[in-house]
Amino acid sequence: MSAEMDDALQTLIVESRELLQHMEEALLLLEQTPDDAEAVNAIFRAAHTIKGSAGLFSLDHVVAFTHVAESVLDRVRDHRLGMSPALGGLLLEVCDHLGRLIDGVAAGQAPDDVLSGRSNAIATRLETYLEAPASASAEQDFSDVDWPDGNDIAPPSSAPERGNDSVASGMWHISLRSGPNLLRDGMDPLSILRYLGTFGQIVNLELILGDIPPLSVIDPESCYIGYELSFASETDQASVDGAFDFVRADSVVRLIPPYGPLADYRALFADMPEDSLLLGRMLVRCGSLTEAELAQALETQERMGPAFAEGSPAPLLGEVLVAQQLVDKPVVDAALARQQEVKSATAGEATLIRVDAAKLDQLINLVGELIIAGAGAQLVARRVKVPELVEATGVLSRLVEDVRDSALNLRMVQIGATFSRFRRVVRDVAAELGKDIQLDIHGGETELDKTVVEKIGDPLTHIVRNALDHGIEPAEVRAACGKPRQGRLSLNAYHESGSIVIEVSDDGGGLRKERILQKAIERGLVSEGQVLSDKEIFGLVFEPGFSTAAQVSNLSGRGVGMDVVKRNILALRGTVDLDSVEGQGTTVRLRLPLTLAIIDGFLIGAGSASYVVPLEQVLECIELPEKDKPEQGASYLNLRGEVLPFVRLRDLFDMPGEAPGRENVVVVQYAGERAGLVVDQLFGEFQTVIKPLGKVFSHIRCIGGSTILGSGEVALILDVPGLVRQVSARQPVSRHLSSTLSPV
Amino acid sequence: MATLARKDVPAVVVEPCQYLTFTLGGEMYAVETLSVKEIIEYGQVTTVPMMPPSVRGVINLRGAVVPVIDLKARFGGQPTEITRRTCIVIIEMGSSDECQVLGILVDTVSEVLEIPPGEVEAPPAFGARIRADFIRGMGKVDGGFVILLNVEAVLSTDELSMLDELSRLGAPADAGVVSRLGNSMAG
Repeated sequence: MSAEMDDALQTLIVESRELLQHMEEALLLLEQTPDDAEAVNAIFRAAHTIKGSAGLFSLDHVVAFTHVAESVLDRVRDHRLGMSPALGGLLLEVCDHLGRLIDGVAAGQAPDDVLSGRSNAIATRLETYLEAPASASAEQDFSDVDWPDGNDIAPPSSAPERGNDSVASGMWHISLRSGPNLLRDGMDPLSILRYLGTFGQIVNLELILGDIPPLSVIDPESCYIGYELSFASETDQASVDGAFDFVRADSVVRLIPPYGPLADYRALFADMPEDSLLLGRMLVRCGSLTEAELAQALETQERMGPAFAEGSPAPLLGEVLVAQQLVDKPVVDAALARQQEVKSATAGEATLIRVDAAKLDQLINLVGELIIAGAGAQLVARRVKVPELVEATGVLSRLVEDVRDSALNLRMVQIGATFSRFRRVVRDVAAELGKDIQLDIHGGETELDKTVVEKIGDPLTHIVRNALDHGIEPAEVRAACGKPRQGRLSLNAYHESGSIVIEVSDDGGGLRKERILQKAIERGLVSEGQVLSDKEIFGLVFEPGFSTAAQVSNLSGRGVGMDVVKRNILALRGTVDLDSVEGQGTTVRLRLPLTLAIIDGFLIGAGSASYVVPLEQVLECIELPEKDKPEQGASYLNLRGEVLPFVRLRDLFDMPGEAPGRENVVVVQYAGERAGLVVDQLFGEFQTVIKPLGKVFSHIRCIGGSTILGSGEVALILDVPGLVRQVSARQPVSRHLSSTLSPV
Repeated sequence: MATLARKDVPAVVVEPCQYLTFTLGGEMYAVETLSVKEIIEYGQVTTVPMMPPSVRGVINLRGAVVPVIDLKARFGGQPTEITRRTCIVIIEMGSSDECQVLGILVDTVSEVLEIPPGEVEAPPAFGARIRADFIRGMGKVDGGFVILLNVEAVLSTDELSMLDELSRLGAPADAGVVSRLGNSMAG
């Protein structure tokens, strides 16, 4: 496969996945509002487009499978088939299965037996809907329409001129007037001819070039040509039809089978914009009509013309086509839908471009290097003390800061898409558990870095499943407790001091504190008689091997889970905590950094080394009062009447040497908890490009990463949540003391 | 472990290998030049707190933060003393997907030697001052022996990060504990 084709295939895969996403969303929407025509259209369009694109790459297994689904959707769209929960579920399965097929394509694998077997199984179930009798209203609408099928080339029963009707030509007659977007859609009128050539012979072809505008106004990307051709082939209508599958949406295609009715030709004359006589001559030259037949056809048309004018208003082209069974109604609808889609797509294109994520990552890496280089330049400028140079580097660094913010902004995505995915999870899990659960989503527009979004999917799924499985009670239990039968799960996101907070709340039974404590004592996580705050008790849920679910279910409760969630979130420099009120519900709160690449930092010095504290977590800096100086390790001081536990960085990190006479306290805050860090020096704000520390340091605590200073030296980034924990762990007594401590 | 060793032997036998030799505490060691990325002067190593002595710290290698391993401490000795001739040898290992770059602290870098496979003996079962699995073979050079290091084992990130875990638990992170740990992992 050429590189170009490879690229195109990649586009197909990306687009198909997106379309499947839309399809799933629309299907879920349909469950709420089964009559939403727009949603049905969206599903149909998605299936149709996937089929079309897959056809271009000869992904026959995808085409064949999608075709069945499309046929069913077609019936739904025409109200010949009502949407039912069963059908909705089946279509979701179709959606999933298509996703698997596309995954297979992406992996470059031919479908294996398992996959094909599944395709067939789902297709068989879909076909039962195709065989189902049409609904009453549909019967009326289509009673006079004889759907074209297979080899049946007999004229339709409703045609009035049946007797003297058939033409003498034993060839197919095909008319095509390509739509202006034909080339833009990636098709080519010539490729259709080549394709026709593979199963028949084009006997005669007349080109229609009348639509080509003067050279001065011609749009080279538009297609203006059409043709009339006679085609000798033994195949059935479906195959000839198939050649035009991908152009039908935009172009006018008419097929008249061998020995077709003269009425069809008459309709052709009536519908085509060209002069009937001119067109007639072409048809004669093609060999599709004889002179006599042409004369007859034109005569009848004359006769019919006024009748149309006098009676009903002249039928629209589309209606005529449908009435003449040349183009199915769905096809016309699809063409209209397609036109609208193209319109809206072009409107969107003006404001959005698709960029490879890797390119963005590279840009951000470069901006990171730029920041480090800029810091180096500034350092030199300050040392040489040339005022102009200092000023110039100052301006430069401000600009670099702006560039950094814009570059990081490029990678920000809304969390809404991630949240929406849970509609499906909630639906499926609720169905599996036999519960009735509604999902509420708030704050979907909250933005965060794409790299973070990619990594929170799994932990979030786990928390949601847990809430559905263990949090929300069965309807009977809920009713007995006086709660509404329908459970409620809500996903909420908002920004808070440089972090994004994601909340998963349910209105279920909540956690039973005594049970957690009892279990923790059983497992030896807590010793008997230990006094724990609510927060600490709930925190136990995240300990490895801890599960309070009495029963292990299919979904969760195996005791592997919440600890994994916690580990994953910690790896993202985030935290997780939990609030619960027994009988009313549980809220799990994830707090994550907005970005994993570049942050505003606060540079401090301790011993010979420099450290960076994320600026968002710094509350204030004060000098360490002489009287509060501890001999060693951690202590607490009185900060305007409040108890502030603090720790000397020198002691925490076992640094050699003496502390200087004047020490400073950096007051840091994380998730409502405050602590002081005693350091030697304060250097001020510093743009920090986060560099990962590598696997060797994977177990390290208190250090979140590293960065490179302007001098080229490496500085370590302090992990404030870890430090706060460390500080509180080092002095378990302080909490109890705090109540007795009075401000000095 | 056994299969690993067998897999390694043919590679040594087939082509003569070039080795970079260096000294460490008066002893001569060598690593294959294929895994050596570059050699830089010692300077500006940032200590990472709460790590065992074998992890000296991190350096800035043209924008990448690279850990530096103190080989002498890793082999169970005292931390390396920095002299004018102390160097950091940058080692690249692992596959292209998951490439690990680490620096090793050495006393002096000597030269690049070509040691034909015939001149490489199997590691001694005991008697060496360092763990047996750290040694890929003994190269015969001018009548003496050079220890050819198995960098994958010496710089195993799993083990290095585990050392940190051990030191945190308060267990002495000496070579004995580690070798027992290593053996139990291998077995």
